[in-house]
Amino acid sequence: MQRNDSIWRGSRCTLLLAAAVASLCASRPLAAQARPAAASAKSLAPIDLTGYWVSVVTEDWRWRMVTPAKGDYASVPLTPGAKKIADAWDPARDEAAGEQCRSYGAPAIMRVPERLRISWQDENTLKVETDAGMQTRLFHFGKSAPGGTPSWQGDSAAHWEFPSARIGAGSVARKMEVQSGFGSLKVETSNLRPGYLRKNGIPYSAKTTMTEFWDLNKETNGDQWIVITALVDDPEYLQEQWVTALHFKKEADGAKWDPTPCSSRW
Amino acid sequence: MAQSGIPHPVPHGGEDPMPRKRTHVRKPSLKRNLQIALGAVLAALACAPARAEIDLAGNWATRQHQDWQDRNPGPEAVNYLGLPINEEARARALSYTASQLSLPERQCLFYPPQYIVLGPQSFKMWSETDPVSGKTIAWKISAAGDRTILTIWMDGRPHPPENAPHPYGGFTTGAWEGSTLTTYTTHVKAGYIRRNGVPSSDRATVTQHFMRHGDTLTITALVTDPVNLAEPFILSRSWKLDANLIIPTVPEACSPAAEVARLDGTGTVPHILPGANTFTGEMTELFGIPKEAVLGGAETLYPEYRKKLQSLYVRPQKCTRYCCGWEGTAATDTLKDCVGDYRQIPGFTLRPPDKAQ
Repeated sequence: MQRNDSIWRGSRCTLLLAAAVASLCASRPLAAQARPAAASAKSLAPIDLTGYWVSVVTEDWRWRMVTPAKGDYASVPLTPGAKKIADAWDPARDEAAGEQCRSYGAPAIMRVPERLRISWQDENTLKVETDAGMQTRLFHFGKSAPGGTPSWQGDSAAHWEFPSARIGAGSVARKMEVQSGFGSLKVETSNLRPGYLRKNGIPYSAKTTMTEFWDLNKETNGDQWIVITALVDDPEYLQEQWVTALHFKKEADGAKWDPTPCSSRW
Repeated sequence: MAQSGIPHPVPHGGEDPMPRKRTHVRKPSLKRNLQIALGAVLAALACAPARAEIDLAGNWATRQHQDWQDRNPGPEAVNYLGLPINEEARARALSYTASQLSLPERQCLFYPPQYIVLGPQSFKMWSETDPVSGKTIAWKISAAGDRTILTIWMDGRPHPPENAPHPYGGFTTGAWEGSTLTTYTTHVKAGYIRRNGVPSSDRATVTQHFMRHGDTLTITALVTDPVNLAEPFILSRSWKLDANLIIPTVPEACSPAAEVARLDGTGTVPHILPGANTFTGEMTELFGIPKEAVLGGAETLYPEYRKKLQSLYVRPQKCTRYCCGWEGTAATDTLKDCVGDYRQIPGFTLRPPDKAQ
């Protein structure tokens, strides 16, 4: 009996020691704990997206770098109804109607060959400007997007996604927020004015919504790349979610920034 | 080569090579074992390395919403659009003919590892863990018909020396950067970066970033190749998690056979002599793309190149190839508008509408 007590005392010590270590380790400062509740999106940004970025067109070149022929809708899961609309595409008509920016709306604009200028408009609004088509997207953090009249760029609600992991299982699972300096941006866009997914008249409707994830990758040679994963849903003109990913390379300055107005033909 | 970093536990049931005198050995009680285990779990929970690993395991279904033609029916014979190739690569690509694939020694060749992103396939991803520590030793990406399994070593082992063998899967290591898995591949075999013969050398290296957001996985691949590329070639693609997919993990068996009598054992390698490629004008004829763009090059990837294109490009009046809309739809039931569509090939069966994607 005395031997058993000794074993139990040893075990309790082990347990107490482990609990103490756990308590000490759990109290270390984590990125999430350091964040003040009312901090601005700018101050919380885990990645720096500001600056000048250029699209490097290595995919869908034939459909992005030039305006493809009418009826060339490869890769887009459009519905038969959308096909009919695309088959009736008339750039001259769009131009006459003052609708030459139809292929520069949010679901299409990031696929246009262009440069981006990204800056903070205020503490909670990230501004993304494009030189092609001279469009401005505003990503609103921490509050609902403005709403109102549908527009080419619609309303975009944004929030940071911080790397996190849960360790353990069941009731002992514990969330860890870790590795400051990493994270991504999630943007949800709606309230869009109908436009084109592709320059040659492949339509998207006013019911379209888009979710984007913006990641930043830093290469060992110093290059920085924004990778945007875009998920476009359109119950009217798409048979399934249109899923694309594209990339922008960081540039040192705005020397090649070249604002060009929308064109329905080129 | 020594496999550093991998522990070699004593096999269960194996004899202890150095039997020890069994004196004063106390058989631990179940309660004691539980206490110690609980203590260890608590300590591990609190002090585990602060990495934001996320689970990449699962079956990832391809979404061919970009470059469907390149990835499915295949690119035109001379279509190097979007590739930052140099003069040497261009010359080799222009000498290529698909008849080379009829050579018995080339019929079963695999594409290099970057074909995961270049190609059209879905894939399965799983991890292999150390049986003792539970740590992830490697991530694996399933093979395809023409690509072998990719192993991503996560245990910190170094890359082999420069002159080590180059297996089909290359040698890949990985590390977490936040929630992004970044991998680096060396020791690849020579192959292609486009199925129409644009070459990739055995000196190519590949950096890949695996970014998972919910049920969407995006992989960005950066290929550097001092032999064939003027600048790194970057490509980003996305997949969706799909538990209903059945994906084989190993490559399909391949047995070479004599397909063309004139190539069987004759030492003949089909090729096109310099200046004799008759397909260099095809893209211009079909799509109005100027030849200089068709032949690729770093300059052609940037927005400012559009200024040059503007005076050279002539938009065709109508679509001339693959003009049927999204396959599997009612719109594709009629093939009369699909001039040049591969689905008009005798024997090709249109997939039923409910099998789209």
